[in-house]
Amino acid sequence: MNMLCQDCNKREAQVHLTQIVNNEKVSLSLCKECAAARGFHSPLDNVPFPLAEILSGLVHPGPEVEKVPPKEELTCTACGLTFTQFTRQGRFGCGECYNAFRSRLEVIMRKIHGASLHRGRNPEYDKIDQQASMPIREEERLSQELEKAIADEDFERAAELRDKLKTVREKLAVEETSKG
Amino acid sequence: MFDKMAETPAAWLSGQGEEALVVLSTRIRLARNVAGCRYPTTADTDTRKRIISYFDSVVTRTSSLSEGQYCKATDIDNLDRDFLVERHLISPVFLNGDLSKAVLIGRNEQLSIMVNEEDHLRIQALSSGLDPQGAFDLAMKYEGEIGRHLEYDYDRDFGFLTACPTNAGTGMRASVLIHLPGLVLTRDIDKVISRITRSGLIVRGFYGEGSDVLGNLFQVSNQNTLGLSEADIISRITKVTREIIEEEAKARNRLDDEAADMIEDKIWRAYGILKHARVLTSEEVMNLLSAVRLGHAMKIIDFLDVALINEILLLSQPAHLQKYYKTEMDQSRRDFVRAQMVRQKLRKVGP
Ligand SMILES: [Zn+2]
Ligand SMILES: [Zn+2]
Repeated sequence: MNMLCQDCNKREAQVHLTQIVNNEKVSLSLCKECAAARGFHSPLDNVPFPLAEILSGLVHPGPEVEKVPPKEELTCTACGLTFTQFTRQGRFGCGECYNAFRSRLEVIMRKIHGASLHRGRNPEYDKIDQQASMPIREEERLSQELEKAIADEDFERAAELRDKLKTVREKLAVEETSKG
Repeated sequence: MFDKMAETPAAWLSGQGEEALVVLSTRIRLARNVAGCRYPTTADTDTRKRIISYFDSVVTRTSSLSEGQYCKATDIDNLDRDFLVERHLISPVFLNGDLSKAVLIGRNEQLSIMVNEEDHLRIQALSSGLDPQGAFDLAMKYEGEIGRHLEYDYDRDFGFLTACPTNAGTGMRASVLIHLPGLVLTRDIDKVISRITRSGLIVRGFYGEGSDVLGNLFQVSNQNTLGLSEADIISRITKVTREIIEEEAKARNRLDDEAADMIEDKIWRAYGILKHARVLTSEEVMNLLSAVRLGHAMKIIDFLDVALINEILLLSQPAHLQKYYKTEMDQSRRDFVRAQMVRQKLRKVGP
């Protein structure tokens, strides 16, 4: 009753990983060779994140992206990488790619990180107290999106955004009180 | 190269620091890219060489970096490469393919900076025991010093930009190497793991020949790098690691209550094999050392210290063994010499 490696379908799977990626369960069962190919050699390597599984979910749209009309191809002007190439290889070509694909990255980042806005260190604000300025932006962005969703009469999306906004605001409130 | 390093135990396995009986080491890795340059995997050789020359000049201008050991990939042979991987100073894939790469290893090996890995810079700090804050402070110190000379790729929305979207934002991966024999023996490990994964962290064990986790060693690390601050990541991994330690302590108490004789026997048998065997594979040593480490923590074996257990663990890895004995060996020869090394290390202590 041996399980086969899901990458090569040939060798026996010896590395079993179940990851909960932002509330979605992703299981990987790999042979040693394929695990190594994903950068997994010893207990000290970085975890092989199921990125291909997540990005391929975007190429073969699930219910979430289905209602979005097909878009024209986006291309990074600096390195020439197209969005389709990006979803296949899972890697950006340069920093400008983020700019070029910005409109579609929000969904991807939410899938990967459960959030789409940076809240950590900002080199520009290094000298000023920057911690407080970060979460407000997420709140701002969500409010704007919410207004847009309501205007578009996309109530499903609006409800989802309202929940997210609520979470962000609760978090802000907690931070405020903990600061005293 | 690195002959001196092979003779000294790695500082991050010194057995010092908080919770060192359960947590072997802590690692913080920051991914950074130089603004306006293509990422290493798609860049042409000229661009990669340019990145290296930028970093060369940063090293020359930064005294804390210039005192480290700075090597170009072309100067590192295969054995040294495996040696650095075993020592966690470079990643296993780092020296594959194109060789316009470099690595800087700081004093005490607590810092390593890979140039042109998946990102232009991978700044990594290692610390013994449970010490995310200490490792983070060290990594940030160097990140800041390098940042004075190089502009990092940064975006208002996505933070520090990285080749892979899974690293964007803080570019920060915190991980803790933790020894959990109690939870494995009581079979509570799966329960604990599934609880942890719900808190945004990943726990992973490495499987050897059998179905058991090799050496009962697990790595706990943060999954998300975007949408939370560096401080959030540190406090989350610290909190969850402490919870795991508590669960492990409970499991060990249960073993002590319900199966003390069996556990004691298992530990002494492991010690006996290490002390007398003539042929040992590295996987075998990892598993036997796990039992001995547990014996030390449970005060069943009282004449060993964690530093020695860690030293044997590291030296029994294939490249370390060959560097230590300054000769290349095939596998069967290594298994023989490994047993010899273990016996020699244990000769000085205990019965
Ligand atoms: Zn396979
Ligand atoms: Zn690009």
